[in-house]
Amino acid sequence: MERLSLNDLGLIIGISLMYAAPLMYTALGGVMSENSGVVNIGLEGMMTIGAFVGTTVAYFSGSPWLGFLMGGLAGGVLALLHAIACVSFAADQVVSGIAINFLGPGLALFLSRVFFDGATMTAPIPLQNKIPRPMNNLFTKGSFLDLVLNQYATVYLAFLLVFIVWFLLYKTKIGLRIRAVGEHPKAADTLGINVFRVKYLAVILSGVFAGLGGASMSIAVVSNFRATLISGQGFIALAAMIFGKWTPQGSMWACLLFGAAQGIVVYLGGTDIKVSSQILEMIPYVLTLIILMSFVGKATGPAANGVPYEKNEA
Amino acid sequence: MKNVDFQTKVIEMKGITKKFGDFVANDSIDLTVHKGEIHALLGENGAGKTTLMNVLYGLYLPTEGNISINGERIEIKNPNIAIEKGIGMVHQHFMLIDKFTVVENIILGMETTIKKGSFDTKCIDIESATREVEELSKKYGLHVDSNAKIHDISVGMQQRVEILKALYRGADILILDEPTAVLTPQEVEELIQIMGSLTEQGKTIIIITHKLKEIKQAADYCTIIRRGKRIDTVKVNDVTEEDLAEMMVGRQVSFAVDKKEMNRGEVVLDIDNIVVKDNRKLNAVKGLSLQLHKGEILGIAGVDGNGQSEFLEGLTGLRPIESGKIILNGENIANTTPRNIMEKGMCNIPEDRQKRGLILDFSIAENMILENYDKEPFSKSGRLNHENIEEHAKKLIEKFDVRPRNEKQAAGSLSGGNQQKVIISREITNDPDVLIAAQPTRGLDVGAIEFVHKYLVEQRDNEKAVLLVSFELDEILNLSDRIAVIYNGKIVDILDRKDADEKKLGYLMAGGGVDDEKKQA
Repeated sequence: MERLSLNDLGLIIGISLMYAAPLMYTALGGVMSENSGVVNIGLEGMMTIGAFVGTTVAYFSGSPWLGFLMGGLAGGVLALLHAIACVSFAADQVVSGIAINFLGPGLALFLSRVFFDGATMTAPIPLQNKIPRPMNNLFTKGSFLDLVLNQYATVYLAFLLVFIVWFLLYKTKIGLRIRAVGEHPKAADTLGINVFRVKYLAVILSGVFAGLGGASMSIAVVSNFRATLISGQGFIALAAMIFGKWTPQGSMWACLLFGAAQGIVVYLGGTDIKVSSQILEMIPYVLTLIILMSFVGKATGPAANGVPYEKNEA
Repeated sequence: MKNVDFQTKVIEMKGITKKFGDFVANDSIDLTVHKGEIHALLGENGAGKTTLMNVLYGLYLPTEGNISINGERIEIKNPNIAIEKGIGMVHQHFMLIDKFTVVENIILGMETTIKKGSFDTKCIDIESATREVEELSKKYGLHVDSNAKIHDISVGMQQRVEILKALYRGADILILDEPTAVLTPQEVEELIQIMGSLTEQGKTIIIITHKLKEIKQAADYCTIIRRGKRIDTVKVNDVTEEDLAEMMVGRQVSFAVDKKEMNRGEVVLDIDNIVVKDNRKLNAVKGLSLQLHKGEILGIAGVDGNGQSEFLEGLTGLRPIESGKIILNGENIANTTPRNIMEKGMCNIPEDRQKRGLILDFSIAENMILENYDKEPFSKSGRLNHENIEEHAKKLIEKFDVRPRNEKQAAGSLSGGNQQKVIISREITNDPDVLIAAQPTRGLDVGAIEFVHKYLVEQRDNEKAVLLVSFELDEILNLSDRIAVIYNGKIVDILDRKDADEKKLGYLMAGGGVDDEKKQA
């Protein structure tokens, strides 16, 4: 095997960033929801519906950005269902999340058959209708900087969103309230904060972010939706959020780690090392398992996370 | 009394009735409070005092009656209206967010934001908020550490944060619900001083309590509530503690517990230098040693959070012992199963009777055999014998006066006192050599407390050993033959009852003894 060249490294970093971005959107969604005290394992389903709607709208409208936004909206609609179940009806949040995870892919496949003549995958969007790469042609093709920085715009937006969510949660009034509701909803209630409204807002935003994550997969990383496109990335994002201790910045680093796992998989797949691709593809999932096993017990999230809030009506 | 302005009635509640279904929690109660007054609401648990204050704070709507604040008749539909009218409430269980700082807790819901001209950025202006909080804290002499997180500050300071929270919202009338329940005697002193200085600045305070001594020390007036009815409003200086107690309970109460002369026997439980970790894997019990003799009640006094819970869980086998030995009747029981510990002769009245003591959905009869369900006559070859189980329950219900007298009723539907009776009957039937009683009277009314105390003393008089852990200093002083003080996971001193008084214990409970040792060293 040849030594790892600078360009190989650039390739790995570039691919890592590309794969980390969808995870980042989705993990940020988890951060929003769980900081308000609503466990959201439905991220996977929200991401899937976002991926389908995103690429479908982009295909028919010719506008990747419209597709991207609609993907977010679709995730938000599923999240609204989650919020109704978990916040208004105090349902078990895990059960509701599982239902969302059946609903999202089910709906996506069904609609795919409706819109694309019974096909279980959507038609690919033409190259010029994909999310643009703002730094295309800025650097020499194939150079280190080009490999690392010539990314889809959604990658840069993901990093921007990390900052926005961090600022929202820790610097603004609404952020303080979201965290208060996730820690001690009754205390927030006695101070005149509308606990239900805050939770609805956080859960819906969580779905929007997960939907954006899915769309950033289907309109940027690849150019269509298929049933196996998301397959577990929502859960990986959830793991990243836990590993990142429920903070936006921590989740970002965790997503980059998972993205790197993917980057290495893709890189090794392209070299002449003889490892079966099935084994390689397992790496991100195995990494998720290892991280969850070693950190989940120790990490503590918001104190009232997963506990439905019911006003005492004696 | 010097601060009271009798011309100004800040609160007038008239004919307040609050019904929950058929249950009348407040029955046509009148309450008048003047500006600058400290007014105590006295009553047993469940008498209706907190309900009355929840009506005033807008958490409940009254069924009948009306309320005037500063002479203006208003309907208080929710806490926001109460806050607007200058009413602030400090709840018995603090409403604070552990991970937030003091300032964040105080401003939550009324955040100061950064404004650019007329544009509100919705971003929190933490600097000016901190400044405001510090000014407020200086003005009322409520010292707090503005940037500390709640989980790092003492309970006393947490209470001051709660009071500041109300003052920050412009409260002129403060309702304090059982404010002294979690404080050391020294912190109680401090609180009484704070209340004095608040009234000097024109604030009015209503304090809900069942502690007579504190009413005598702090309050100007006292309204006594019994079973939802107002019994009387008295000037505190005109009455004695005994008068107040009688009005509260409706009969004469004896505070003293009748006890035989102690007949102290050999050591039955020898706890040697045990270490127990808490949920965060930090040492909560840090080398605790204690010897318990037959025929004595050993009280463990201490402020909540000094390792009592972890100690009890370690002792009863619910939490691993990191190091050290627990010798019960000559055998090391450390790190064995709760069942083994029970069978070796140590039984337990747990701290949280609803979570650890009972299965609330099970019937009284089922709860009474939780520890012996697998033994004859309650079961045979794996099958329960319901006839015998119910027979057993009927006997215990009769003997321990559990109400209602229906062994099939779910334990969750009983009052706190009757739940405790079910637990005590079960544990005492096992005839344990050592009985651990953790907070055995928490939340119980005077009648039930007398009952519990009677059985603890009876165990002792039968030459069994009782280990009593309680945050109520009066209870410790009334029952114990010896008193051990726990501070920061260790027993800092053990006193004979005759050498102990509240002041001395309070000093030790606040870590006084430990600091002295450091100074000497």
